[in-house]
Amino acid sequence: METTTSSTPPILDIHDVTVAYQRKPVLWDIDLTITQPTLLGIIGPNGAGKSTLIKAILGLVPLASGVVNVLGRPVAQQLRVIGYVPQRESVDWDFPVSVLDVVLMGTYGQLGWFRRPGHAEREWARQCLEHVGLADFANRQIGQLSGGQQQRTFLARALAQRAEVYIMDEPMAGVDAATEHVVFQLLQELREQGKTVLVVHHDLRTVPKYFEQVVMLNMRLVAAGPTATTFTTDNLQKTYGGRLTVLDEAGDALRAQQRSE
Amino acid sequence: MRCERNNEANDRDRSIMNSLPLTYNTLIVLTGTSLLGACAGLVGSYAVLRRRALVGDAISHAALPGLCLSFLVLGHRSLPAMLCGAFASGVLGVGVVAFLRWATRIKEDAAIGIVLSTFFGAGYVLSQLIQQHVTSGSKAGLDSYILGKTAGMIYSDVVLIGGVAALCLLIVVVLYKEFKVVSFDPGFARVQGWPATLMDLLLMTLVAVTVVIGLPAVGVVLMSALLIIPGAAARFWTDRLGKLLGLSALFGGVIGGVGTLMSAQFSWSPAGPVIVLVGTGVFLVSMLVAPSRGAVARFVGHYRFRQQVRQQNMLRLAYQLTEDDSREVFTLTDIMRHSSEPVDAARQILSQLGGLNWITSPKVDNYRLTDAGRRRAAELERGFRLWETFLTEHADLAGSYLDLDAESVDRVLSPQMVAELEQLLQARGRWPRGLAHSSGAAS
Repeated sequence: METTTSSTPPILDIHDVTVAYQRKPVLWDIDLTITQPTLLGIIGPNGAGKSTLIKAILGLVPLASGVVNVLGRPVAQQLRVIGYVPQRESVDWDFPVSVLDVVLMGTYGQLGWFRRPGHAEREWARQCLEHVGLADFANRQIGQLSGGQQQRTFLARALAQRAEVYIMDEPMAGVDAATEHVVFQLLQELREQGKTVLVVHHDLRTVPKYFEQVVMLNMRLVAAGPTATTFTTDNLQKTYGGRLTVLDEAGDALRAQQRSE
Repeated sequence: MRCERNNEANDRDRSIMNSLPLTYNTLIVLTGTSLLGACAGLVGSYAVLRRRALVGDAISHAALPGLCLSFLVLGHRSLPAMLCGAFASGVLGVGVVAFLRWATRIKEDAAIGIVLSTFFGAGYVLSQLIQQHVTSGSKAGLDSYILGKTAGMIYSDVVLIGGVAALCLLIVVVLYKEFKVVSFDPGFARVQGWPATLMDLLLMTLVAVTVVIGLPAVGVVLMSALLIIPGAAARFWTDRLGKLLGLSALFGGVIGGVGTLMSAQFSWSPAGPVIVLVGTGVFLVSMLVAPSRGAVARFVGHYRFRQQVRQQNMLRLAYQLTEDDSREVFTLTDIMRHSSEPVDAARQILSQLGGLNWITSPKVDNYRLTDAGRRRAAELERGFRLWETFLTEHADLAGSYLDLDAESVDRVLSPQMVAELEQLLQARGRWPRGLAHSSGAAS
């Protein structure tokens, strides 16, 4: 994974992907190729199809057209190398499981059919929990956590998957500062380990700080590439239209980016 | 051949019930309905957790026409054939629900309502048709499938129920981890490679099979209660899936058994409603007295929380009255000018604060904050004022933070944010007097 030459397949290769709900297209002709490990932010206004794009990559929504390859093979054959952090709202937090139970679910894929998680998996799940600062919460029912803690539980579960490619749907939406910091550090660590992380992100101000690359989406792919050259006022205008508040936020971010360079 | 047995069995049952201990026949019926209840409790908990509880209801109501049709086609009673017919039309009913959802804009609850009533209506008409026009001696008793009848249960029925229960138990145990992840987070499970749709189908098949074998005893109208109630009741007692499944099976078994005994006691009462009422009893008891999730425990917890908030508010008020150092002692009259509490309640809370050594009372209706009380009040006040400032200065961020209470500021907001807010408080002269400055910025 460390060196990627032209002969190794791309980490992620999305070609000609169109997704439609009830014959109404929500994503048009998306082409995207990632050849090097990277931290990639997916941004765009509400209803731009950010979540739909990652669900299309993961095979969770049917494609009207197109193909998604991960490390040279169709995504359906590569599920073992993918770690997934869904939106926090996608599950019932009143479900009768403990925090550790949820993190253990990350190991289920490698266990395969019928085998139960044993001592080794428990130990690994505890390490993952410790990594996100939730070691003391292992035995709590998941509904007794705060929003940020719930988000961290999902991150620990994804870590437990020992994946190569991580895909996260808004991991920093509605979380406290401590959690946002944990997520940020985790992204850096995964990147240092040579993993690729795709993150749907909503806060334009933190885009330059968090992501090396950015995908700007508004039902179609507006722009994709290194954040420094792609996250520009021009592209933001194309992605968000003329929405002033958003452009103000982005302006702050751009200035911050320039200052740091 | 079944109905002749019915009367005989009824008579026997009654005599048995009048003269406990249990005889062979009662034991058979009791074993059968207990196993049925346990099985329904087991697979039903998953249906409840997957929010598919009403699918069981759709299956059982939709089973009636199939039951009657196979009777009409065969011309005589054959339990296996009728149960197969019931299974087929139950599954068809669920298929129609799925089709309606897929092909139209009708939502699942409406689709279930339509299918359930249509199939049940058709089934009822068919059963009346059979009553009117089929002249063979075995027509009687089709009605018993609507509200259930346990008395006719024989050894081979119990073997069938036991077999299905064992199969369900085996599948639930062997696929425990798989069902757990698919039920909790189907999207994640699919990304991990589990066939979530197939597993859902398997679960619904288990539900359908359980419903069908339960129809003769409990009836189509109330069978779904035996699926839903044990799991819903068990949820009050535990936060763990494994325990929930075990407890739900246990509740189901007890409900089925006790319901059967009671319904056999009164020969005029159909088994289905009696079993459901026993289930309701179990559910009510669970809902009321279960620790932490039960209504009583929640009420007590809520009351304690309210008390705590009222004490905090009173302590803060006492602090605000004396913050400017112009005086140390304040009176009940001062309190009543600012508090929404009735006088008696205010006195009571003040005496509670006295019990905590946060205030003292030099003379009747006169109060003073102790040093400990002043410190505590100043900390509380800081928390409230910081949140207040945060909510007005950063209204855009406020929506994304949960857990707003006086003691959570330092836990939820970043140290930089807390420091910024503290500076604002100080600049505006709103910093609680007597509190050391910038405790948050130091960390």
